[in-house]
Amino acid sequence: MRFEVKIETRNLNFYYGSKQALKNINIACPKNQVTAIIGPSGCGKSTFIRTLNRMNDVIPGTKIEGEVLLDGENIYSPKVDVVEIRRRVGMVFQKPNPFPKSIFENVAYGLKINGMKDRRKIEEIVEESLKKAALWDEVKDRLKDNALTLSGGQQQRLCIARALAIEPEVVLFDEPCSAIDPIATAKIEDLIRELKKNYTVIIVTHNMQQAARVSDWTAFMMLGEIIEFDRTEKIFTNPSNKLTEDYITGRFG
Amino acid sequence: MRKKKITEFIGFFILRVCVYIVFAIILLFIYDIGKKGAGVISWEFLTQPPRRGMTEGGIFPAIVGTFFVTIATAIFSAPLGMFAAIYLNEYAKQGRFTRIIRLAIRNLSGVPSIVYGLFGVILFVNVMKFGTSILSAGLTLGLMTLPWTITASEEALKTVPNSYREGALALGATKWQAIRTNVLPYATPGILTGTILGLARAAGETAPIMFTGAAFYLPYLPRSPFDQFMALPYHLYVLATQHHSIELVRPFAYGTALVLLLFVILMNISAIIIRYRIRKKYKQ
Repeated sequence: MRFEVKIETRNLNFYYGSKQALKNINIACPKNQVTAIIGPSGCGKSTFIRTLNRMNDVIPGTKIEGEVLLDGENIYSPKVDVVEIRRRVGMVFQKPNPFPKSIFENVAYGLKINGMKDRRKIEEIVEESLKKAALWDEVKDRLKDNALTLSGGQQQRLCIARALAIEPEVVLFDEPCSAIDPIATAKIEDLIRELKKNYTVIIVTHNMQQAARVSDWTAFMMLGEIIEFDRTEKIFTNPSNKLTEDYITGRFG
Repeated sequence: MRKKKITEFIGFFILRVCVYIVFAIILLFIYDIGKKGAGVISWEFLTQPPRRGMTEGGIFPAIVGTFFVTIATAIFSAPLGMFAAIYLNEYAKQGRFTRIIRLAIRNLSGVPSIVYGLFGVILFVNVMKFGTSILSAGLTLGLMTLPWTITASEEALKTVPNSYREGALALGATKWQAIRTNVLPYATPGILTGTILGLARAAGETAPIMFTGAAFYLPYLPRSPFDQFMALPYHLYVLATQHHSIELVRPFAYGTALVLLLFVILMNISAIIIRYRIRKKYKQ
């Protein structure tokens, strides 16, 4: 079975000052599939996922080499508008980061800054996005409340709704469940599985069970390199590389 | 074991005594000015110009003058300081250049106010030909408060979590959109507080306005930014040192001091209220 590639990297290197954080990363994430990135802390997972929507651009003193292709187009090419890339490649961060505005305004934020004015349309999309993020029933009567009054798990789903509202093509999750409890985690995992119908999903996690539960493909990273990238079943049942096997069987990490 | 406890007790005791001493000095200070000044404060004192060589009447023109010059200072220094801080904190590449600029700003806050006064005379009064006026004095005071405004604004911007910026950028906001919609609203209380505290300091300054716009005595109120004005701190200075019979006007000097003190305290309190109200909104 062949897959259409949505986003891929070619010989990607990344440096914080003189320290190299990513070494020659080549990976192709299939469209409408969930790709998980696993690996021990500090291996460069988060750095890697942030190269996919150019969020590392804002960190001073960093340097990137190689290409990241979104539908075959290099997003680091000088011709490309970084704002447009971030609109097409959404991101949910490790710690839920709702803005201290109302629940409604959080979801409407991306629409408004992208120039949408039609109030009725905005309301429609906010409702739809909250439904997609499985949060609508919990918040529909309190859309005007401050988003910070929500629980951690709800806040993270709000951030997902916020990301979905602007209709991205790819959604990046940077350890989305590391700051929330197991029940909320289960909800978000269900959601991620649901999302792949319409989106290409890439998720960084240090929780191997989570990768096994939600992803179709898994990449194992160590010390800034991709050690192995394959079907999730294969990685977890019959990995080709000894390091991968040691990691998933819990011998280190 | 015992020895450690005794040392701790003595340490705490010394710290506590220091706090009490500072507090006592402030109380004594306010009490002294209040007691000696309260006697002359009346409706007439607050609403009449001085008469008969300042031995009768009130200080109304000085109150109005200080009010106007403070506004002129704010109009000049608040936006300039805020925008400079936004540039320094959000846009400028952090490195040697920004370090030098910050160092220069810190140093500016240590320059004696009389030096600002002389600089104001040269630049605003003579070179730019604004004359001795509210405008010249306001600009001079504005220069003096810039380091405060910039530093306070930068500190306020730093307290806004980076995740607000990143969250906005990740949704396709431009840098300016992220700053305008998702950083400035949360930094504003801090910026306002710092600005008001800077203004409160400026309102009480004598040296910078002495050569640039404050008048010894004016029987009328300023009508335009190019008019001279009377000001509370300068009037106090005149009453305390320049008057022909200092002993006679001493009560007026204390009255003026009390009004100036209240003016400054009022500004500081409003800064505290703004900070408190917005901080409450922040926490939720």
